[in-house]
Amino acid sequence: MVISNAPRALVDQDRAPSRQPSRSTSTTNACRMCMPLGACLAYTGFEGTVPFLHGSQGCATYIRRYLISHFSEPMDIASSSVGEAATVFGGEENLRTGIANVARVYHPSMIGLASTCLTETIGEDVPAMIARLRDPDEGLQATTGQPVPRLAFAPTPSYAGTHADGFHAAVAAVVKAYADADAAPNGQVNVFPGIVSAADLRHLNEIVGAYGLPSALMPDYSDRMDGVTVARYEKLPAGGTTAAAVAASGSALASITLGGMVTPGVELAGRVLAAHAVPHYHLPLPIGIRLTDQLTDLLGELSGRAMPEWLVAERGRLVDAYIDAHKYAMDRTAIVFGDEDLVVGLASFVAEIGITPVLVASGGRSGRLAAEITRLNPTLEGRVEVLDDGDFTEIEARASELKPDLLIGHSKGYPTSRRLDIPLVRVGLPIHDRVGGQRIKHLGYRGAQDLLDRVVNTLIQRRQDTSPVGYAYM
Amino acid sequence: MSEVLAARARQVTRSGDGKAPIDCEKQSVAGSVSQRACTFCGSRVVLYPIADALHLVHGPIGCAVYTWDIRGALSSGPELHRLSFSTDLRERHVVFGGERQLTESLLELIERHHPNAAFVYGTCIVGVIGDDLPAVCKSVSEQTGIPVIPVQSEGFQGSKKQGYDAACEALLALIGTGDTTGISTHSVNILGDFNLAGEIWIITEYLKRMGVEVVANLTGDGRVADIRRAHGASLNLVQCSGSTTKLAMKMQAIYGIPFKKVSYFGIDDMAGALYAIAEHFKDPELLRRTRELVAEEIAQTLPVVEDCRRDLEGKRAAIYVGGAFKAISLVKALRLLGMTTVLVGSQTGTPEDYEYLTELCDPGTVIVDDSNPAELSTFLAEGKADLFIGGVKERPLAYKLGVAFCDHNHERKLPLEGFIGMANFAREVRGSVCSPVWQFAPRHQSAALGTDKEL
Repeated sequence: MVISNAPRALVDQDRAPSRQPSRSTSTTNACRMCMPLGACLAYTGFEGTVPFLHGSQGCATYIRRYLISHFSEPMDIASSSVGEAATVFGGEENLRTGIANVARVYHPSMIGLASTCLTETIGEDVPAMIARLRDPDEGLQATTGQPVPRLAFAPTPSYAGTHADGFHAAVAAVVKAYADADAAPNGQVNVFPGIVSAADLRHLNEIVGAYGLPSALMPDYSDRMDGVTVARYEKLPAGGTTAAAVAASGSALASITLGGMVTPGVELAGRVLAAHAVPHYHLPLPIGIRLTDQLTDLLGELSGRAMPEWLVAERGRLVDAYIDAHKYAMDRTAIVFGDEDLVVGLASFVAEIGITPVLVASGGRSGRLAAEITRLNPTLEGRVEVLDDGDFTEIEARASELKPDLLIGHSKGYPTSRRLDIPLVRVGLPIHDRVGGQRIKHLGYRGAQDLLDRVVNTLIQRRQDTSPVGYAYM
Repeated sequence: MSEVLAARARQVTRSGDGKAPIDCEKQSVAGSVSQRACTFCGSRVVLYPIADALHLVHGPIGCAVYTWDIRGALSSGPELHRLSFSTDLRERHVVFGGERQLTESLLELIERHHPNAAFVYGTCIVGVIGDDLPAVCKSVSEQTGIPVIPVQSEGFQGSKKQGYDAACEALLALIGTGDTTGISTHSVNILGDFNLAGEIWIITEYLKRMGVEVVANLTGDGRVADIRRAHGASLNLVQCSGSTTKLAMKMQAIYGIPFKKVSYFGIDDMAGALYAIAEHFKDPELLRRTRELVAEEIAQTLPVVEDCRRDLEGKRAAIYVGGAFKAISLVKALRLLGMTTVLVGSQTGTPEDYEYLTELCDPGTVIVDDSNPAELSTFLAEGKADLFIGGVKERPLAYKLGVAFCDHNHERKLPLEGFIGMANFAREVRGSVCSPVWQFAPRHQSAALGTDKEL
């Protein structure tokens, strides 16, 4: 909870307030979620997978409720329902029974296991338990006849990181367990997109595919978390990255981690594959023209193809739109908050349309946020404050002094937006007070087009609403 | 029913099937995707609406994040309860203990917000890392001069029920510490009403019209000072029986205050509750005022109900809510709307509750204690439900299957208690059940084409 772990040069001395909010011991209104939530979301993006938390029942239920409210989709998360006895004597029996029950009821192709604060603190050795489950003589199949589905395990105690860290730990766990280094070379491009919307995932697939490259998004929850209405409930909704694609990732053409420059540990999966000699590229999340260009340039290189015409046209229209809108954006300021990887992209985007991101805040604590923002946006040097490991008390305190024209972030910024009367453009996760969180477009030229329209129209609307004249022609 | 796990089979029964009584008050079975929460959740929901208290969650960040201003419990004054406070434990605290972090957090937040009391919620790891919650609370209480009350709500202890009990213990620490002079003989405390969407204000308005004084709203729009003098009331009204019956029983034992279990949902139960209160005070004038009130309110509500009933007659509903009393009232309210109930679940009912539900419901109605999405979806399909009444976790399940939905949980923004609440409920149910959007849902399309015999 320190204002700026940034290099001194980052903090604009003119803008820097005389009195910085002092460091709080406690956290009020956190700007992050917990590691198991990220892990559950990630596992949902693998075909036929049931996320399973080894911990007390509440974790699974709270996380389900939280994600359901964002995606408006049913979401099943199993729990080992560790109780008092298991806390004292160990939870292996609960884990074993739980896995057997999930296997019997869901017939999953994989169970995505993640630990919780409780089970990490009491020192549960889940990998050893998994080994015993699979034991040919004393394992689950030998003792109950129940075949054991594929299992992946990520350690995710809430105290060790944020939901973003949990998300990537789970992706890495799947890749580590099931990427096949001996698979036939397959030309596949592994994309590690991080936490983005269902619409973003679809668009990424479309972009990579447009270069003639078979893409494997890891994970891809676009269908499972943004699905169609059905006549009969599907316990395991269709969709997600297939087991075959995960296996093939071990001898893919390349891996691309999006956003992995900021959060430590994010590029975990890519590193695993790099050990299998799959070339690994780190790019920021492709938000705005410059950062999307980085992705399309790389895809051009990997495929040897020119940018597809429809993408050229989308980029062209976006440039046109930037120009059309620039006078509404100039001299405006915004506060951007949310996941570290997302805010790096958003800060770069608003900067390139002429809005200064006066504060970039995150509940993440990689310590690399400030450096990454100035690396990608040298012109922001000295004009942006960065808040690592921040909460909304701190964001609000800074907002009331910086008086930005806009807040850009998720729904948890609404109380701040309301109290300070600063409009909020909703992006990221969670979106709990609007419909369509799963459909928000952030990525690619198309995502930037949507963001541009929403950001600029919010500025125009504010100007219109507060104008004594009441122009209908802005 | 094929999907019901063997170990859970007795958590499900059918009205009229003569089977052994339902299993309840049990821990969720490992690996079933329970709709239930944990002990911490139970404590947090009961104490949350005390609006002038600091609610500090002692643990890593998750538990505080997921309970930040998610409930519709309104306050007529201070809104400290709508902030999410956490000690935000990190690895170093897990290794070296979190007592110092807790002490410093409490002192910092009490200085910043000047609460009238503080509740400190223990989460799963607190006991495991050896923090002495009561000792820290005692010490900070001495330093700050306000009650600082430990809530032993470690999640692993069980389901929400254990959390309710821990919350009631915490309330008992406050009750009895205030001055009770000047409290009328016709006075009550309101227990187990969370003032969702301002519901408690509907009830207190009725009580005012009857001439009954409310001493404390223990669990909705609550205030520390009121709760401290709650032992001066002559009667406790217990709604949401699961959460506060134990508190009422303890108040009866300690302070000799009798209690009545009531429900404010539906015309029958609402009127029944007001008459029960009136009869308790044995005051003919009060009874007369109550009769007038009920007649007046019913006259305003019935036309709405009649109007909605025309569209809802014969439709089928599934109920899966927290609290058996609420479930019972809903069965009756739906009947008033001409609807039948095909599934009832309460998650936290007692054996007596389930026995009563079994008698109340039509033969064949499925009655469940703890359930999960796979089962619920089967029951919805088998029962050909047109409406699902539940909480936010159930909503997408209903929608995915093309079934209408009414939010009857703690996040609702529409008051459903009282006579006006019945009118709201009727409109809400009609609005969803009769929406034109269902014509596009696959189950309605296939039913229209006669292609799917199973639904």
